[in-house]
Amino acid sequence: MVGTIMASINKNAAQQHAVLLSNKRVGAYHQIILNVGDVVKSCRPGNFVAIRVGGPSSKMILRRAFAISRTSESSQYGGTMELIVAPHGSGSSWLCSQVEGAEIDIIAPLGTSFGIPTEPISALLIGGGYGSAPLFGLADVLKNRGCKVDMLLGASNGSKIYAPMEGKRSVNSLKIFTEDGSMGETGRVTSQLVDIVRDREVDVIYSCGPMAMLSAITELVKDLDVIHQCAVEESMACGIGICMTCVLPVEAEDGTVSMVRSCIDGPVMDGSNVRWELVGSVPEVQQ
Amino acid sequence: MTLHNSIPVDLSTTLGNAWFPSPIFTASGCASSGKELAQFFPLKDIGAVVTKSVMTKPRHGRPTPRMAETPSGMLNSIGLQGPGIDAFLTNDVPWLLEQKARVIVSIAGETIEEYSTLARKLRSTPGISAVEVNISCPNVENRGMVFASNLDHSRRVIDGVRKTIGGELPIIAKLTPDVTDITEIATGVVDAGADALALINTVLGMVINIDTMRPHLGGKTGGLSGPAIRPVAVRAIYQVHAALPKVPILGMGGVSSGRDALELILAGASGVSVGTASFGDPTAVISIQNELRALLAARGFATLSQAVGFAHRELSLGGEK
Repeated sequence: MVGTIMASINKNAAQQHAVLLSNKRVGAYHQIILNVGDVVKSCRPGNFVAIRVGGPSSKMILRRAFAISRTSESSQYGGTMELIVAPHGSGSSWLCSQVEGAEIDIIAPLGTSFGIPTEPISALLIGGGYGSAPLFGLADVLKNRGCKVDMLLGASNGSKIYAPMEGKRSVNSLKIFTEDGSMGETGRVTSQLVDIVRDREVDVIYSCGPMAMLSAITELVKDLDVIHQCAVEESMACGIGICMTCVLPVEAEDGTVSMVRSCIDGPVMDGSNVRWELVGSVPEVQQ
Repeated sequence: MTLHNSIPVDLSTTLGNAWFPSPIFTASGCASSGKELAQFFPLKDIGAVVTKSVMTKPRHGRPTPRMAETPSGMLNSIGLQGPGIDAFLTNDVPWLLEQKARVIVSIAGETIEEYSTLARKLRSTPGISAVEVNISCPNVENRGMVFASNLDHSRRVIDGVRKTIGGELPIIAKLTPDVTDITEIATGVVDAGADALALINTVLGMVINIDTMRPHLGGKTGGLSGPAIRPVAVRAIYQVHAALPKVPILGMGGVSSGRDALELILAGASGVSVGTASFGDPTAVISIQNELRALLAARGFATLSQAVGFAHRELSLGGEK
């Protein structure tokens, strides 16, 4: 029903200097549009981009990974890529400070993408805070395939919900949860999950957000007949598979658990394969 | 363009009896086994691929978080995650040789015997150019197991590998700068049979998260790499080249430009590995190689070997052609 998650090492990745076309502040986030040309042809929802930050004399030596929110081929500029960036640390703050016309050193597309169904299924998209970014482009693709697309967005407070109006356009329904009740319903994004999956006969859950949210979704739906594809956010030094820092414990079909790289075997993974309880520890060696 | 830029520079170099068309290599642990970087440049275009240090058995490594960026550097705490020597020799080495890459296999062990076991497997593997014996990984469980901070342990590891592997395959011993006198360890491993030295491994460090108020890395300590450690590498290479001028050195530590590579070469390195720079720029190895060629030409060097250790010459003798 859902295509297998594609894993091939950096097959479509290309490095280029992309011109920043616009940078708009949207609540706690920045919507950044880059002109990336033909690269959009190989970008799929779930893929990410690795961006050099800080300028040529920066003390920041590592790229920052950002989920690609959307791509477009039809705009007046050719291929464009939209990023939703929260100015959290020094790298993302630098990116959010860049102005129109700036040349940004990017490598894209990287990582696995969400499996897109060939049939018009019922899909539930769940985004936690900053993690909603790749779900909007995914929603567009699913809608074009005739899927029913419902979306749940959650955050600690309303300012961390990215562009709810934007979200509404590409989905059948949008429900917002905030922990402080400042927007939508009070509570966590997972608080009504089991009922929603049952009532709406959800076939596939697509999620992106903090590890605790992805882990909670996996646990809640483990006995339901639903596929859970999640995009993980683990800190990376390289984004291209050579540094081995972004690993997660993942169970293979034969039951063995290994530390796999979330940059090339992710960020999109089947949630039921991730051994969330082992994150932060090391699995037993199986001989 | 200056006159010198038109002079072709012979970049070829040797480590023991192994010949390489260029002195610019990947660094062990920073290029996996080459497949990831092959999307960005042909692996045969650089001097050699130095593969990630491999142990006898598959290994998960250390828990996450495994990384912390630091000013002009980073800490890593991977802990030698890898497939084990058998899977590595079956899957990775043949693929690298198919790419016509020159291959230096890096090995790591927890015991002196493990290094010998690994050497035995490599002895019967055709096509590899050299073996790097990593006796200085800071991310093994027991800090006391860093062989290269102990003269006797270092010698015994290299001696065991030399006896097992025979006289053909060059042995490059990878050392840590975290010692009182690196020339003492260097002299010891050369006496025990090392043909060349890899200087330097990462420098042991720690970052404390001021929100959790605990060490940030899952393994608590990690290896510091990147431009922050380059002066440490230059110093170590300079000291060892002064003490052992005939022993070839594969230099590494924060090299991210041709200028940096030249600095290590002038200090005494015959080859230069590029590690952390590849994380920020997957084609760093290629641009460094091109920049180095231009810098050597601009200084009137017709061959790389003329520049090796040049910083040790008295000023009055400078300019020798």
